Amino acid sequence: MSIEVITPGLCTTVQDTGRFGFQQYGVSVSGVMDKQAVQIANMLVGNQQTDAVLELTMRGPSLLFHKDMLIAICGGDFKVTINDRSVLPNRAVWIRSGSILKFGLAKEGCRAYLAVAGGWDVPLVMGSRSTNLRASFGGFAGRMLAAGDKLVQSSPGSFSQFLANQLEKKAGAAPFYQANWFIPSNTFVKNGEAVVRVIQGEQFADFTKESRQSFFEQTFQVSTQSDRMGYRLTGPALELTQSMELISAAVTIGTIQVPPNGQPIILMADRQTIGGYPKIGYVPTIDLPIVAQLRPGEKIHFQEISLRDAQKALIERDSLMKAIKLGIEVTVGWR
Amino acid sequence: MWQCRYSKMEGKTLPRYEFSPLGDSGVMVKLGEVIDQLTHEQVILFCEYLQEHPFPGMIESVPGFTTVTVYYDPITLFDPLDDILPYDRAVAILEQMSQQISNTHSKEYRLVEIPVCYGGNFGPDLEVVAKQNGLSIEEVISIHSTTEYLVYMIGFAPGFPYLGGMDERLATPRRSSPRLSIPMGSVGIGGLQTGIYSIESPGGWQIIGRTPLRLFQAGESSPSLLCAGDKVRFRPISEREYENGEKVY
Repeated sequence: MSIEVITPGLCTTVQDTGRFGFQQYGVSVSGVMDKQAVQIANMLVGNQQTDAVLELTMRGPSLLFHKDMLIAICGGDFKVTINDRSVLPNRAVWIRSGSILKFGLAKEGCRAYLAVAGGWDVPLVMGSRSTNLRASFGGFAGRMLAAGDKLVQSSPGSFSQFLANQLEKKAGAAPFYQANWFIPSNTFVKNGEAVVRVIQGEQFADFTKESRQSFFEQTFQVSTQSDRMGYRLTGPALELTQSMELISAAVTIGTIQVPPNGQPIILMADRQTIGGYPKIGYVPTIDLPIVAQLRPGEKIHFQEISLRDAQKALIERDSLMKAIKLGIEVTVGWR
Repeated sequence: MWQCRYSKMEGKTLPRYEFSPLGDSGVMVKLGEVIDQLTHEQVILFCEYLQEHPFPGMIESVPGFTTVTVYYDPITLFDPLDDILPYDRAVAILEQMSQQISNTHSKEYRLVEIPVCYGGNFGPDLEVVAKQNGLSIEEVISIHSTTEYLVYMIGFAPGFPYLGGMDERLATPRRSSPRLSIPMGSVGIGGLQTGIYSIESPGGWQIIGRTPLRLFQAGESSPSLLCAGDKVRFRPISEREYENGEKVY
């Protein structure tokens, strides 16, 4: 046993980068909502990108550590303490056995991630450690964490151990030590508003001119009925020039579909595999983390982006991530 | 509990493939305009080809009624030495593949028999379906269980089959207020469709029976009892047979 859940928070689940290869059997991809935050969290503790993390939503858990561990917290800005002393996000933290890590409410953003060196050790189900809440499998017993649950850490790699040893030495007798270097994170949601780019969808041209205009000119609000499956938005009703019956087909993460009530839904990690509503657009992969951090009541402005620019931006971010990884290794003297 | 029978499925004419982006990590390949057997066979053949010949950067493919969606990783498909968009590269690969699938290529299909206990507690809406259509309960069971259905695709929920071929005499509108929870294995009718709830979920279909078979089991090799391209036939069983029924496959 590595940690024990004292209080579980609102919706705390084990997730990794997702379950691929089974959509043909109707199995959702699942996985973390904010991949960028998780990539950084995993890098900070020396993990692989695919290692499992805990995803916390709106109100985080309290966790008792039964083992010395190297952790990192990224994503939304939550109030975090270890033994009632503040801890900063976006950096490697060494924590001593017996300490209590407590997450409060999210001050900004919606989801935070707790990565541990080695990742969380839950069984691989169909190639992934992600929780499928709807079908109740994967992750920790196919469900959200509950009080009393005990999670185990997988054995950390050599770089993780090297990093943990460094921080442990600096900790001395203290219950924890946080690295004095960090990866700065951008907040894209400012004053409860965010700009999200959109690639035109297959049925974009089938919407009325007014609807296409208001889609990009007006503001949409995130409804309280938003979850890991989809973000339901409220705003100007989007209308088709004529009603259309589409043949159901695969839908991807970021798909913005418009049901007959005209209120768009952005499909997210736990989306179903097949859908049949008209697709006005797609949120590109690069901007999905922005959506993942929006909370009910906050606002979205959509801005158009071409497929070319969306893919270019993704490739650039990948290069940046590789540079950050290298930077971490150089900073701590691994290379 | 269920049987397999094999027959030949043959591609007749080479369809025209239409490509369109599905976000920045997917290509939707359209193989036809309407839901029919011929288009479906082409979808299955193409999926099978992709399964056997995955290209570097390909993540997975998902069959639809008239489409095959191919997910890919734009970063793997990007080559810093040229300026080809990952999407364009994926389309070029798929276009080439479409030439490889010969129109004489054929596929065998399975016939899967699904035992169903009709009516009673397992099928609370059986009477509704009979009344709506001016049929006796026996007639509904007989019509429903003598038809051979085609599995067009699996989706909506894990292991949930989209079945084609229901007799129009059984068409019944969905319930005006959906049930909050329908047990796993429930067999229902919604409009012109019939299907099986593969996991417990809310739903509005008229429930006429239940199968003891599990349609979905999380596992590595084949988590779903049914696959796109299978044929299905329902076999009426008694409540006693249901209780003794094989729950696994």
